[in-house]
Amino acid sequence: MDISQYLGMFLEESREHLQTLNESLLKLEQEPDNVSVLDAIFRSAHTIKGMSATMGYNTVAELTHEMENVLDGLRKSQLTINRFVINTLFQCVDALEQMIESIATNTEKDIDIAPLVDKLAAISKGEEESPFSGPPEEKSDQENDLSISGDDLNETELKVIRSAAAQGIESYKVKVVVREGTLLKSARAYMVIRALDELGDVIKTVPSVDDLEKENFERSFEVILVTDAEKEKIIQTLDTISELEKVEIIPYRISNPSRENELLEVSPEKGKAAADESPIPVARAEEKQLPVGKQGLERKIKSGQSLRVDIDKLDTLLNLVGELVINKTRLEQIGLTHRLTDLIETIEHMDRVTTDLQAVVMKVRMVPVGQVFNRFPRMVRDLSRELNKEINFIIQGEETELDRTVIDEIGDPLVHLLRNSIDHGIEHPAERQAKGKNPVGEIRLIARHEGNNVIIEVEDDGQGMDPETIRRKAVEKGLITQAEADKIEAAEAIKLAFLPGFSTADNVTDISGRGVGLDAVKTKIESLGGNVEVETKVNEGSKFKIRLPLTLAIIQALLIKVGEEIYAIPLGSIDSTINVAPNEIKTIQNQEVILLRGQIIPIVRLASVLNVMSAAPTARQTADSSELFIVIVHMGDRKAGIIVDNLIGQQEIVIKSLGKLLAGIKVIAGATILGNGQVALILDVGSLIAR
Amino acid sequence: MTDKSFAANEIQLVIFRLGREEYGISILQVQEIKRMTDITRVPHTPDYIKGVMNLRGSVLPVIDLRKRLNLPVGEITDNTRIIIVRIEDVTVGLIVDAVSEVTAIPQNSIEPAQTFVGGIAADYISGVGKLDNRLLILLNLSAIVGTTHAETI
Repeated sequence: MDISQYLGMFLEESREHLQTLNESLLKLEQEPDNVSVLDAIFRSAHTIKGMSATMGYNTVAELTHEMENVLDGLRKSQLTINRFVINTLFQCVDALEQMIESIATNTEKDIDIAPLVDKLAAISKGEEESPFSGPPEEKSDQENDLSISGDDLNETELKVIRSAAAQGIESYKVKVVVREGTLLKSARAYMVIRALDELGDVIKTVPSVDDLEKENFERSFEVILVTDAEKEKIIQTLDTISELEKVEIIPYRISNPSRENELLEVSPEKGKAAADESPIPVARAEEKQLPVGKQGLERKIKSGQSLRVDIDKLDTLLNLVGELVINKTRLEQIGLTHRLTDLIETIEHMDRVTTDLQAVVMKVRMVPVGQVFNRFPRMVRDLSRELNKEINFIIQGEETELDRTVIDEIGDPLVHLLRNSIDHGIEHPAERQAKGKNPVGEIRLIARHEGNNVIIEVEDDGQGMDPETIRRKAVEKGLITQAEADKIEAAEAIKLAFLPGFSTADNVTDISGRGVGLDAVKTKIESLGGNVEVETKVNEGSKFKIRLPLTLAIIQALLIKVGEEIYAIPLGSIDSTINVAPNEIKTIQNQEVILLRGQIIPIVRLASVLNVMSAAPTARQTADSSELFIVIVHMGDRKAGIIVDNLIGQQEIVIKSLGKLLAGIKVIAGATILGNGQVALILDVGSLIAR
Repeated sequence: MTDKSFAANEIQLVIFRLGREEYGISILQVQEIKRMTDITRVPHTPDYIKGVMNLRGSVLPVIDLRKRLNLPVGEITDNTRIIIVRIEDVTVGLIVDAVSEVTAIPQNSIEPAQTFVGGIAADYISGVGKLDNRLLILLNLSAIVGTTHAETI
C-alpha cells in the first residue's frame, strides 16, 4: 500500500505535536509539579509514537517509546523531574524534529538515536549522570550525526553515487569560485559544467543549472560529479578555463559516515579562503546544521500539495458567500422591477458564478472519513504480525463525509482505539481456538450518519473487558478505593477504563497498555463535542462507539412549514413522509398515535410543541377536511410522527449555532440561513421523540 | 492623551430612544447599527427574546429592549434600529425605537444608578448621565443580555 498520500497529514500532525512537546516541556521546567502538563507531554509523545509506527518510521517510534518510559516514571512519581531529565527530553524533541524534517525532505536517514535511548534508559532506571558530563558530549554527537545528512541530494541522486561507488567509481564535490569582477559568470559556470560533463556525470549543481544560467549566484558554485577520472585530471581540466579564482575538489561518499565527517572537517579549513569570499556555500553549510532554520521553513511549505487553512477563515468565507447570495437575490428583484436586459443578463451570469462558488466553499469543508481510515489497514497488519495475531480488518462507510475540523482531529483517537483492540482485544489464534472462536479475529471500523450525528464504531470480537478486572486494576492503580469499587455496578466499572492512568495490561508493550489511550480518546472526542460509549461482553468482544455532532457541518434537511414559520428537519433522521386522514389518529392513554405498517407510532403536533400562534385555526381546518402531513422520524430505535402544516422541500443547509445566550433550548438543535437570508431553526429530533 | 474626543474623563455614548426616554450605551460595546430586518421567532425562550437574525451569515439573538425594560409595546417604524452589541463574548441585537447620535459626556456628569430607582428595573441601569438639559439613562448591558444575573432573571 502506498502511504505517501498520508505523509502530509503525518508531517503536519507530528509538527503540531512537537510544538506541543516543546511548549509543554518549557512549562514543565517552570512548574515541575504540574501533572496536567506532564499528561499533555505524555499524550503528544504517545501520539507521535503511534503515528510514526503506522507510517513505518521505526526510529521515531523507538525514541518516543523510550521517552514514554521516562515520562511514565515521572507521572507515577517514581522519578523526579530535574534539569538533566528535562534537558534530555528536550534533546529528544530536537532529534525528533530532525527526523521528521528529514522525512519531509525525503532524505530519510537513520539518525543515530542510540546515545539518547541509552540516556533515557538510564533515567528510567533511576540512574543519573552528572548533569555536566552527559549533555554537552551528547549534543556534539548529535550535531555530527546531523552533518552526515550531507547535501540535499534526493534519493535518485544518492542512488547514482552509491551504485557508482559500488563499481569503484568516485564521486567528487567540486567547488568553484570565479574571480571577482568576472563579467560573464554564467558562461564560466557553463564552461565548467561542460568540461566536467566530459569527464563523467554531473548529477547535481548548487545552485541549480537554471540559476547558474540566470547568474543567480554570487561567485561560487558546487558541482557533484561522478567520474572515474583522477582528481588531478579534474584540476587540470578546469585549469584551462580562465577567470576561475579557486577550484576545490572533495571526494564524496555517502555510505561511509567517517569519510563524510572528514569532508566536513576538511572543507572549512581547505576552503577557508573561498569561504571568506563566497557567501553562498557558507550559508548552505549553516543551513545544513540548523535544519529547523530558514530552510526548514521552506521545506514545510513544499512538503504537501494540500494547504492547511484555518477553519475560521473557511467560516468567514462561507458567511461571505452566503451574504453574496442574499445580495444577488436582491439584485434579481431589482432587475425584474426595472426590466433592464443588460442588468438581467449580468445577474444571471452572477447567479451561476455564486452558485458554483457556494458549492465549492461548502465542499471544501467536507472530507470523506476514508482519508483518515485508509491509513489504518497497514497499521493493523503490521501490529498483528508483530503480535502474532491474525486479524481480518473491515472498513465500512468510508465515504461518510465529515466536517474538516472533525476529520483532522479523529485520527489520533482512532489510532488509540484500534491499537487497543489489536493488543488487548483480539486473542492469540490458539487461545481463540480454545474458546471455540474463529482463530482469525475481526476488527470493524464503521462510519455512518445517524440523525444529527456521525457515528464511528471500532468493534472487535476479542476477549472483551471484564468489569472485575477493571475494578481490580483501578484499585491497584490507586484510581479508586476498594470500598468505591465494591459499590460500582458492572456497567459503571467499564467506564473506569476511561480514567487517566488506567491500564489493564500487566506489561507495557510499545503498542498500548500505558493507560494513556482511552483517557486521551475521551478527552479528544469530548473536545469535539462528542462522546464515547463502550459496549463489551467478556469473550465476545468490545464495541467503542464515538458519536460526533455535526456542528459546523452541512446536512441535507427537509424544510417544513408550521403556521408561517419554516423549520428544518435533518434528513438523516427522517424515515418517510406520509399523508393520513385525521380520523386515522387514535389515542392510547391520552397519547395520540398512528398505526403505520403494523407499528404504533406516537404523534407530535409541532404547532403546539413550538407554540406557533397562527397554527391553531389551521390545525382545526385540516382536522375537519383534508389530510395531514406527517413526517416519520427516528432516533435510535424510537420513532415518532411529526404533524406539520406543509412540506417545502429538501435542501442542503449549513448548521449554525444559536450562540451561548440561546444554548440549551429543547427541541431546537440549531439554526440555518435560507437562500433568501431568513433564519430557519433546525428541529432536534431526539428531544421531540423523548417528549 | 491630548486628543479631545478621547479625553480620559469623557466617555463616548451611542444615544437612542425608547418611547420618550433617551438611553446611552458605551460606543465600545456597539459593533454596528442595522435597520430592522427579518427576525425568526425562537420557541421556548423568554418573551423579551424577539428571535434570531442573520447578520452576514451569523445567527444572532435579538432582544426587544422595550419588553426587557418592561416598557409598553412599541410599533416598528422606519426609525426602528437594531443595535448590534458585544458583551463579553456574546453578540446580540437590541431593538430600539431610534438611534439619535453619538456623543461624549464627561465622566463626572454621571450619577450612580441607585439614587434614581424609578419605574424600570433598576438592575439594568448603571447610571444617569446629564447632558445640557437632557437626561441619558445608561444601561448595564451585561445584566440586560443576561451574561450576569442569569440565574435571577
